Amino acid sequence: MEQLINVILLAMLAIVAIATAKLKDLFATIILFGIYSLLTAAIFVSLDAVDVAFTEAAVGAGISTILILSTIALTARTEKPSTHSVFLPLLVVIVTGVTLVYGTLDMPGFADPDAPVQQHVAPRYLNDSINEVGMPNVVTSVLASYRSYDTMGEVVVIFTAGISVMLLLSSVKHREDELGNLKDLKHHPILLYVSQIMIPLILLFALYVQFHGDFGPGGGFQAGVIFAAAFILYGMINGIDNTRKIFQNHILRWLAVTGVILYIGVGVVTLFLGGEFLNYNVLTEDNLAGQHYGIFLVELGVGIAVAATMLSLFLTFSEVRRSQ
Amino acid sequence: MISSHLPVLQVVVPLLAAPLCVLLKRPAVLWAFSLIVSILSAVMAYLLLQQTADGNIISYAMGGWAAPWGIEYRVDTLNAYVLLIVASISSLVLLGGRKSIEKEIETARLSHFYTAYLLCFAGLLGITITGDAFNVFVFLEISSIASYALISLGRDRRALTAAYQYLIMGTIGATFILIGIGMMYMVTGTLNMHDLAQRLPEVSNSRTLMTSFAFLFVGVSLKLALFPLHLWLPNAYTYAPSIVSAFLAGTATKVAVYVLMRFIFTVYGIEYAFTALPLSAILMLLAIAAIMLASMSAVYEDNIKRLFAYSSVAQLGYMVLGISFLSVAGLTSSLLHLFNHALMKAALFMALACVMYQQGNVLMGNIKGLGKRMPWTFGAIVIGGLSLVGVPLTVGFISKWYLILAAIEAGHMLLVAIVLVGSLIALVYVWKLVEQGYFQEGDEKITKQEAPMSLLLGTWFLVLANIYFGIDTSLTVGVAESTAQQLLGVSP
Amino acid sequence: MSTFLELYNYWIFIFLMMTGFYIVIAQGNLIKKVIGLNIFQTSVFLLYISMGKVANGTAPILIEGGAPYSNPLPHVLILTAIVVGVSTTAVAMALIVRIQEAYGTIEEQDIHEQDASL
Repeated sequence: MEQLINVILLAMLAIVAIATAKLKDLFATIILFGIYSLLTAAIFVSLDAVDVAFTEAAVGAGISTILILSTIALTARTEKPSTHSVFLPLLVVIVTGVTLVYGTLDMPGFADPDAPVQQHVAPRYLNDSINEVGMPNVVTSVLASYRSYDTMGEVVVIFTAGISVMLLLSSVKHREDELGNLKDLKHHPILLYVSQIMIPLILLFALYVQFHGDFGPGGGFQAGVIFAAAFILYGMINGIDNTRKIFQNHILRWLAVTGVILYIGVGVVTLFLGGEFLNYNVLTEDNLAGQHYGIFLVELGVGIAVAATMLSLFLTFSEVRRSQ
Repeated sequence: MISSHLPVLQVVVPLLAAPLCVLLKRPAVLWAFSLIVSILSAVMAYLLLQQTADGNIISYAMGGWAAPWGIEYRVDTLNAYVLLIVASISSLVLLGGRKSIEKEIETARLSHFYTAYLLCFAGLLGITITGDAFNVFVFLEISSIASYALISLGRDRRALTAAYQYLIMGTIGATFILIGIGMMYMVTGTLNMHDLAQRLPEVSNSRTLMTSFAFLFVGVSLKLALFPLHLWLPNAYTYAPSIVSAFLAGTATKVAVYVLMRFIFTVYGIEYAFTALPLSAILMLLAIAAIMLASMSAVYEDNIKRLFAYSSVAQLGYMVLGISFLSVAGLTSSLLHLFNHALMKAALFMALACVMYQQGNVLMGNIKGLGKRMPWTFGAIVIGGLSLVGVPLTVGFISKWYLILAAIEAGHMLLVAIVLVGSLIALVYVWKLVEQGYFQEGDEKITKQEAPMSLLLGTWFLVLANIYFGIDTSLTVGVAESTAQQLLGVSP
Repeated sequence: MSTFLELYNYWIFIFLMMTGFYIVIAQGNLIKKVIGLNIFQTSVFLLYISMGKVANGTAPILIEGGAPYSNPLPHVLILTAIVVGVSTTAVAMALIVRIQEAYGTIEEQDIHEQDASL
């Protein structure tokens, strides 16, 4: 049964990918791409990767789609018919693909419990993390403790993207209120009321995801995205300018910086306490308690940095005026 | 405490400094802050090089988790050497670059500019120092994303398309690297480079492993701008702000060469890399193509920044050629050229920043009489150019000398000829510059208009380094040779 | 049949990767290229997550009688890769907005023509 779902979902994914390649209407392509991401998330669930599915749904189907949509709102909706010859790229792709299939025929079989990936490094995470880190969600243990340094890099990546977008878009002309594309939708009573009910719930859910990542799927990254999503929804319904009243540029900038520095700062504190960088054991007498404090703080850093950066990305894109 | 935590401080100091930069406003403060961070990194890299000079390997376990469960920083002479190159080039470029940065970047954007610069810098250091294959990818993306933004800041609108093109090709390259790492992980169950090196021989006849190697090789080659995957580089270097060109030309591709060496020699091991695939022949052919074709493109180029960008592609060819010999002599020449080429290109692009500062463009037609108008700047271009050609008493000569020795040792007389022809072509394009600058009459009315003192100072620091390390080779050749021996597993 | 099922996930991965790659190299619209790039990256996520799966396994959240668990390490790596993906997309979109502003088009060919006519 599990196999069957897997096979069918993957086949659907392949079909959606082809359709994405063939469509000329960019708006439809993007919506299809959102579906593609959701399908991917569903496949991740069936492959036991719940944390990844959560993130893919929030980021791939959510944030990426919104960013690309805001971009076509500023550029062009349809693609020009390509005058490129299709033949050469197709040939390159088919030859590479066939070579790859040939090159991977001896891969360890799918779902094989004796495959090399399941040996060596991974068993320690599964067997000992509960005693060494003390969290039921092994993904969180690996993410925020064993490979915490990678996660710090990840926060810096998102921060870098935020800075880069600000560098790029700070000079473009900003939308003037009446002329903008993104008018508020306050005159739609249903949207308005539904969003008023939803937004507090979404925020509550974000907090739950933030602090419950030790036990279930979730953590700082997902929480940050959901938190930003609540305000993105607010912005779409009540207008960007109203959102900006709370989240001015410099506030978001401070928040993003705070998040990154909180993460790196935990590492610096552990250095001063005589441990290696990000070795949470030295935070308190008791190792497990130290791990808990450390993970709590770095996840908080991730959440703050991600929420601030995502929100600022959305607002920055929405404020650009359409050039003629 | 500091000395035992040096490996992590090397990356964390600039990484922590970058977000702090966002909060600073005054241009002078921003510049001084970035410069101090950069110099501090250079000092740390120097200390690391000293600590590893006797073949010592420093291992640092992040989070206190021993490798392969945690992420390990693993420093040997090779990393320390590349770290020192990156950090010192950054320091010298920043030292002289303030005026140029403030002229080409709007004041309101300066704090974000320096933030992105430091992020790019920290990313490059992070790639170089890490001992974990996946961690390479993470820091590669930090430096790449920052560099896309930095390149796009050029005044010409083509900077935007150059950055976009680099983004597409760079992301494909990084994703290929990610696939390669994934397939390696698939057959071994580990991500730690040292651990991989020990476990890969057991699965050496796996096709999946070979596929992973092919992906990694292509991915790194894209980042390295190895011919014919170099198409992003000329535009990116041409339209980026002057200081960004100088910084990237001296560091980014060098780090990519390092990654290539690390994966070939340390992770896969020479036996696998050179027997499973005809790697030696592939590298040699690509290197020859790069040297000949990119040099020829440089000759016909009208934009001087682009001219030197093409020359960079050719010079990367020399480095790859050295690797392809698979001998201590060949590798020594590559490692030497890593350092020497960083010095040359940083000096040349800094000199071009001076020209850009004064006249707003660096087109061949507009440098007529530059030798009279900007004697110091043009002098720097000439010496840098001669170093590129490989004239004695410059670092360029040292690189070429060792490369030719390696070619002779390997019995490839044809390659000796190619290196010489490549140098001749370089002489042609450098001569073109000299002719324009010294022998063509410029606008008579404009008399002397030299670039600001600080820019010249930074440029000449680099130019003098070109000469100094061309005469006193004890430091560079010593380090390069012992590193090459370490990589090939030959005891000195 | 068993080979088919064992390698099916990886073949889909290759197929998606090639589809994404095709969009990047064959399409001239800058936004479409980025969508292709996203499909390309997502295919790699699928490669990693597939290799971590264990037959009859459950998500790696420790509970009584939950074993066998699927491998958590690929999950962690891909979480990072997803973040990298969205970061790249955001920067690419910002670049496209600026290109539209500077050139008035986001079609590769029109941009080339404008640059060539200088």
